[in-house]
Amino acid sequence: MNNPKGSVLVIGGGISGIQTALDMADSGLYVHLVESSAAIGGSMGQLDKTFPTNDCSACILSPKLVECGRHLNINLLTLSELVSLDGAAGNFKAVVRQKPRYVDPAKCIACGKCAEKCPKSVPNEYNLGIGKRKAIYLKFPQAVPLKYAIDAKNCIWLNKPGRCGACAKECPAGAINFDEKPVEHVLEVGAVVMAPGFKPYDPSLLDFTGYGRVPNVVTSMEFERLLSPSGPCLGHVERASDKKTPRRIAWLQCVGSRDKNRACHAYCSSVCCMYAIKQAVIAKEHMAGELSAKIFFMDMRTHGKGFEAYFERAKADGIGFERARVHSIIPAPHGKGETGDVLLRFANENGEMCEEVFDMAVLSIGLELDSSTVALASKLGIDLNGDGFLKTQSFMPVLTQRQGVFVCGAASEPKDIPQSVTEASAAAAEVEKLLASARWKETKVKEYPSERDLKGEPPRIGVFVCHCGINIASVVNVKAVTEYAKTLPHVVFSQNNLFTCSQDTIVSMTDIIKREGLNRVVVASCSPRTHEPLFQETLREAGLNRFLFEMANIRDQDSWVHQSEPEKATQKAKELVKMAVAKVASHQPLSEGKLPVTKGCLVIGGGVSGMQAALNLAEQGFAVTLIEKGEALGGQALKLVRNWEGLAVAPVLSELAQQTISHPNITVRFKTQVKDVEGSVGRFKTTLSDGSVVEHGAAIIAVGAEPWVPQGRWQYGYGVDARVKTLHGLDEILKKSQTEALEALSDVNQAVFMHCVGSRIPERPYCSRVCCSHAIEQAIALKDLKPKMDVFMLYRDVRTYGRREHIYEEARSKGVIFVRYDLERLPKLEGVGARLELEAFDPVLGRQIRLSPDLLVLATAITPRKDAGELSKFFKCAINADGFLMEAHAKLRPVDFATEGVFLAGLCHYPKPIEESIVQASAAAARAAMVLAKDFVPTEAIVAEVTPAKCVTCGVCGKICPYKAISKSQVTGKAEVNPALCKGCGACVAGCRSDAIRLKNFANKELIAAISAGGC
Amino acid sequence: MTENSFEPKIIAFLCNWCSYAGADLAGVSRFQYPSNIRIVRVPCSGRISPPMLFSALKQGADGILVSGCHPGDCHYISGNLFARRRFALFKNLLEFAGIEPGRVNFTWVSASEGERFADVVSQVTEAVRQLGPFNRF
Repeated sequence: MNNPKGSVLVIGGGISGIQTALDMADSGLYVHLVESSAAIGGSMGQLDKTFPTNDCSACILSPKLVECGRHLNINLLTLSELVSLDGAAGNFKAVVRQKPRYVDPAKCIACGKCAEKCPKSVPNEYNLGIGKRKAIYLKFPQAVPLKYAIDAKNCIWLNKPGRCGACAKECPAGAINFDEKPVEHVLEVGAVVMAPGFKPYDPSLLDFTGYGRVPNVVTSMEFERLLSPSGPCLGHVERASDKKTPRRIAWLQCVGSRDKNRACHAYCSSVCCMYAIKQAVIAKEHMAGELSAKIFFMDMRTHGKGFEAYFERAKADGIGFERARVHSIIPAPHGKGETGDVLLRFANENGEMCEEVFDMAVLSIGLELDSSTVALASKLGIDLNGDGFLKTQSFMPVLTQRQGVFVCGAASEPKDIPQSVTEASAAAAEVEKLLASARWKETKVKEYPSERDLKGEPPRIGVFVCHCGINIASVVNVKAVTEYAKTLPHVVFSQNNLFTCSQDTIVSMTDIIKREGLNRVVVASCSPRTHEPLFQETLREAGLNRFLFEMANIRDQDSWVHQSEPEKATQKAKELVKMAVAKVASHQPLSEGKLPVTKGCLVIGGGVSGMQAALNLAEQGFAVTLIEKGEALGGQALKLVRNWEGLAVAPVLSELAQQTISHPNITVRFKTQVKDVEGSVGRFKTTLSDGSVVEHGAAIIAVGAEPWVPQGRWQYGYGVDARVKTLHGLDEILKKSQTEALEALSDVNQAVFMHCVGSRIPERPYCSRVCCSHAIEQAIALKDLKPKMDVFMLYRDVRTYGRREHIYEEARSKGVIFVRYDLERLPKLEGVGARLELEAFDPVLGRQIRLSPDLLVLATAITPRKDAGELSKFFKCAINADGFLMEAHAKLRPVDFATEGVFLAGLCHYPKPIEESIVQASAAAARAAMVLAKDFVPTEAIVAEVTPAKCVTCGVCGKICPYKAISKSQVTGKAEVNPALCKGCGACVAGCRSDAIRLKNFANKELIAAISAGGC
Repeated sequence: MTENSFEPKIIAFLCNWCSYAGADLAGVSRFQYPSNIRIVRVPCSGRISPPMLFSALKQGADGILVSGCHPGDCHYISGNLFARRRFALFKNLLEFAGIEPGRVNFTWVSASEGERFADVVSQVTEAVRQLGPFNRF
């Protein structure tokens, strides 16, 4: 490929498209982001909260929208679609057609006067048709770009020129342009990433749900909007028929999923179990607990990180779970309910017909591909898979059949946000591999206005108080806090905003800083851990030093934790603002230095994840040191035979290992572990067990996990009787040739698989994610080898999520019998003699059954490695309660650690199948490349500083400093801080007996100012 | 004012990397706790010196909570261990000065311990409430 282009086309402005665009734009590629609607944000923006953290969706998405909207190297093309794509990988020519907005984005100030005057009301599609919008509209309050658009289909003027034009008359900026014509952009790009997302299933095709006929039956997407503070009823859930607040709500799972006959969707939509639980939990929270919520389900699929614990918590909070598929929904007849109520008919687990009346029913609709995406795929020459999603490669789900065209997000299979974000980064990694030689060739460099000199200026503080929708405002009296802020010393400006992090507020904040001559800013909203960088960037754009900033955390540490005490929470918010104001008043502008980046990466762990990450970075041109504790590459995957689609693992694995070993940019070191780590992002120095030292700019931890050894009540004769095996034990047989395998299984006429051995129990309260598919894939293999063998599955919930549902179906069609058990009636191994005797309760038959397996296979849990914990300490990374490494954010930073420059991939994060490990490894590589692609890292600005006049040369600070950043001056003997080494912990400050050291912006003066303001 | 209705002021110094994140997690998980606490974010628990604690008491705090990373987890390698040593000695000093040691509390809360953070705040608040207002300075 000669001279590839340094630009990339991303199609789809949902969370996947946004993430892949940001990753690429931050590592040296120029991105054209094409979005068909008037603003980016996609489906995630429509959600109220996200599982399993209950984060407000808009709040965590908004900073990304803003970043995308103002990124110098992202060209946002809204109202656009791809017309054609010619050429080949590295040199494509894309034609993109942009529809007219009829509003000049350069002039529109988003004041909303146009929409106020527009006489034409139409259903608001952002709220799924609940409520109205005007023909000139803003997609949603935090829209990026924050510009109105005219909907040509409904605009009176555009249909009958001369008849209306109210918006044009009203617009104070003269932004309306009815004569705007479509524009065609011809873009030369090196690669294309498709992130078109999904479409929610339309349940009106399923008559039993009553959707569209029976009042108060809504879809889950509609319910998200009802819950949302920016939705049609401002977060106070009410039913359409009588505006009554529902007190009894039912959720129906698998509407349009796992339904081959009526919905033609045989696959599982993966996300619905979790979002239904989340909606029930949040609805209950909204209604102060006065809600009876019940979820009707087939299998509860809470297979992701933190999901099972969330499910357990929901059960403890009184959410009802009924294992039943609802037969029909009808309006409740007189005598059974009031007008507007709905009656659900279903057969319960005992097979009895039941009726139950609810105020409202929510249909947990599945995910499918939109017809426009199907058309796009055919334009690009991408096939669809059997489920109508974009066809990708089995072991690398971001690769398509066309080189240079990649896919991420829900368009290839239903998936949740973290998985989509991971794929987005993985797609970025694959693009960067392809276009590494064109890095930084087409990008632009950001220039900030020079910083205003504040010498001699008294503090002029601006305070911005956030409603955060209703997250803060439903508890804290935001207006009172804003008014209070005005009374504080040095505060010259204060205002409250619905969402302080939305693009319009950010832009206006820049203007306000300039207009009011502010020289310090306080934002009272959420946590500085997530939002400080966004606001600091705003300060820089306004010509202020970014350290003249402080946040008051009035959400995570106030409104969310004092929900039933609004007065006290308001008082606390005032005091937190007062503390922030007092502290920021003594902040000084700080400057940071920069240090060259070591352009190499250390990858720890030689399994599939480690190899994939190493190879990707090596292909991008970075030096990689891969260390492996054992003596071979391959890790847990060496034990596997096939993936869930039945494709052999061994060839993929040996090719990965071969490429890793032979790649000139990769040094593989066996029997090597980490002994010590120094330094930080861009400049790590790691000492290995052989005493050698590796210098690297980034690190990827991929140390894997291990299978649990069955023991205690889960032993089932394992280790005692050779007929009892684990999944890996059976894989050893299935690896053999057909003749040998048949030989080994010659005595086996009955095989029993026991699921959830060691998973989903109080000691290990998580689902191991892969065992259901693994066991079922093996059961099919057994049936294929010996069709007459009886195969039983003792399971708790079958969790063949996504397209894996097909193998569940295949297993049943081949005669595998599934018997559900629960923890209260654990199957018992009665005899370990000539015959294994297993007794279990069959809930379908309603009686005990006895099995005499010749082969008992235990699907054991995946457990974290103990040494992962030790390793995490070297890199200052956290581990969660289950012992898995903890990512920086469960939803939007799934492969980053909170420690900069360190990333994770594979089983050490959470149990996952091989293709998800590969994707995560590529994602980690993309994130690491964001560090390595740059030439410099900034050094700490918040560092310690010595006042020599006070120093008594005792040397205590030098002894305390963990970074050896303090030395004695050769001349005076006084302490000297090396700012390049100082990390700003402040231990020396606390240790100095003569008060001679201060930590910038965290000096005694600032802290005492904050304390004394704290209402003390 | 009866002793039971006394609302103490509690200043909490939380390290940025573990305990402040744990406090955020308590919020995200909606674990409720008493509203008496005022959190000051510091880089590391090792930044907090005994004079700083005296300052807080002098400024009118009835109780203090200092929380850092668990031993071995410190983002700055050893700051939390310095803090632990300092406060072990500081407790003796408090007793010597006739101040109830229960007013100054030191603990570890990690970024994943939202529930523990809420529990700690509830316990500390209750303990300081029992001690009553601090008015020795």
